[in-house]
Amino acid sequence: MKKRTVWGKWWYKFSRNPLSVVGLCMVCAIVFVALFAPWVAPYPEHAGPYVNYGEANQPPSLPHPFGTDAFGRDILSRVFFAFRSSLLMGMVVLAIVVPVGVTLGLVAGYFKESWLDILIMRITDIFLSVPPLILALAITSVLKPNLTNAMIAVSVMWWPWYTRLVYGMATSLRNEYFVQSAELLGASKFHILFREILPNCVSTILTKMTLDMGWVILIGAALSFVGLGEQPPKPALGTMVSDGARYLPEYWWMAVFPGLAIMLIVLGFNLLGDGIGDLFSLEEA
Amino acid sequence: MRRLGYSLFVLIGLSIVVFIIARLVPGDPARAALGPRATQEAVDALRARLHLDKPIYVQYAYWLKSVLQGDFGESLFTRRPVIEDIKEFLPATLELAFFAGLFMTFFGLLLGVISARYANTWVDNVVRVLSYLGIATPAFVVAIVLLLVFGMYYEIFPTIGRLTPGMSYPPRITGLLTLDSLFTGNLASFWDALKHLILPGISLSLGGLFQEARITRSSMLENAKKDYVGAARAYGIPERVVFSKYLFKPSVIPTVSILGLDFASLIGNAFLVELLFNWPGISRYGINVMLRKDVEAIVAVVMVLGIVFTVVNIVVDLLVAYLDPRIRLVAREE
Repeated sequence: MKKRTVWGKWWYKFSRNPLSVVGLCMVCAIVFVALFAPWVAPYPEHAGPYVNYGEANQPPSLPHPFGTDAFGRDILSRVFFAFRSSLLMGMVVLAIVVPVGVTLGLVAGYFKESWLDILIMRITDIFLSVPPLILALAITSVLKPNLTNAMIAVSVMWWPWYTRLVYGMATSLRNEYFVQSAELLGASKFHILFREILPNCVSTILTKMTLDMGWVILIGAALSFVGLGEQPPKPALGTMVSDGARYLPEYWWMAVFPGLAIMLIVLGFNLLGDGIGDLFSLEEA
Repeated sequence: MRRLGYSLFVLIGLSIVVFIIARLVPGDPARAALGPRATQEAVDALRARLHLDKPIYVQYAYWLKSVLQGDFGESLFTRRPVIEDIKEFLPATLELAFFAGLFMTFFGLLLGVISARYANTWVDNVVRVLSYLGIATPAFVVAIVLLLVFGMYYEIFPTIGRLTPGMSYPPRITGLLTLDSLFTGNLASFWDALKHLILPGISLSLGGLFQEARITRSSMLENAKKDYVGAARAYGIPERVVFSKYLFKPSVIPTVSILGLDFASLIGNAFLVELLFNWPGISRYGINVMLRKDVEAIVAVVMVLGIVFTVVNIVVDLLVAYLDPRIRLVAREE
């Protein structure tokens, strides 16, 4: 029998579900066009303040596969550039939220029933007591509308999910023998939290992160839809949908294609996340 | 009871958080309200009247005191007491949210059950593919597609507002147009209001609907493998009874527990969908006040929706406890 590398084994398990592979391909394609947007996009200059009324409101055609907007800008090119801010938002938000949320969850879970647990989890509950999009909208609305503040707002309301997730795992893991033996050996609290408990949560956290990339991007699109995200003339998917909606029945492509683009990103990360989740659950089985 | 006390605590915490956020506004709300041409004296007078010149915890105390008396302050945008605005706009959102919630739960369960019943056939596959697409499509994109299709090509369902202009409004009893018109026997208005609910309702519910279908499906397939189902079949209990009583009931529990979360995204999405369908609800009002930095109103909207969401979560918990005897037992032992 051919010997498989670790990666080969993982790939084999991952690729057993064709949907996961589809998701991976979608995510790779989106990341690719976002990274290389200036070279891949047919009209890179259209991503900025470019106006050409002669080409305005063109329906989809070969030179403009997604049509053009009211200023004569190529929608496909703008979608490619909008992927950049969407992905950036997803990555920045997760980079803030995951360390904060996970650490708080570990601490609260390990020191269960201490004042730390009570304090952290009560604050978490407060943030979870209002639908996330509403809180994010409220926060962005009082700040200056731009991409940075949108990222801050989404981060403020997103960390509690990780705290709660890790809290649940940490409370059950702290009673396991390997944690108890580490305690008996006199390991530091830091060691127990991050070297003993955390590695056992990584698979779940990673799965959630992949799924959340999609959801954060979705919330970001919702924020820019009401004008509280990336500001024009920079392209953002949500802004493009809401601008397009004003020209709705006649110039349908202006809203529909950016809308489809949002759907594709979210779908890609969902499929990929499910695939990664399956991978780890097979690993444990 | 403990659950209620706890919710109260969470809501007070929420009020502090929201209040702090609201006071972080760069720029002066009094100046914003009076416009750039107002005199400095007028601005200072308004600041003093709104207690904006005091430290933040004093402001919070003033604010909490008046909120408990049902006074959310005055909207700087509509120039009316915020509570009046909320009374006017909240019922429309509640009506829409309940309609969408019912639609979501019913069809989510239905699709999930069908999918599980015919697992791995083409029916199941269609539902699963639809689920992936449905979950990934943002509500405002669904809304736009529906607006496009029904506003332009098939004008079966109205796309704007709650009632066709010229229709008689039923007297306000609950504020929910469908119920009010039904109570007063005004069937024409009832149908009209119901028709207006359909498109925004569908846009709001699709994501949650497919989420629920997926969860119902997987928990039913999970439970189908369990021994007690096999035992029930072995006893010769008719398949229909096995399916509905032994399989369906326990499988609904995870679906119901996630209802709270789905309702959260539903209320959140209402902010965008109400805007698109010109639905005169609290979410559209919320967006308008947010875009105008109308602090008092923003705080009130977030608080009111927080209360609504808390109530929904309590109801969901009660439902789960009703469905799952184990949870009821644990609760009793406490």
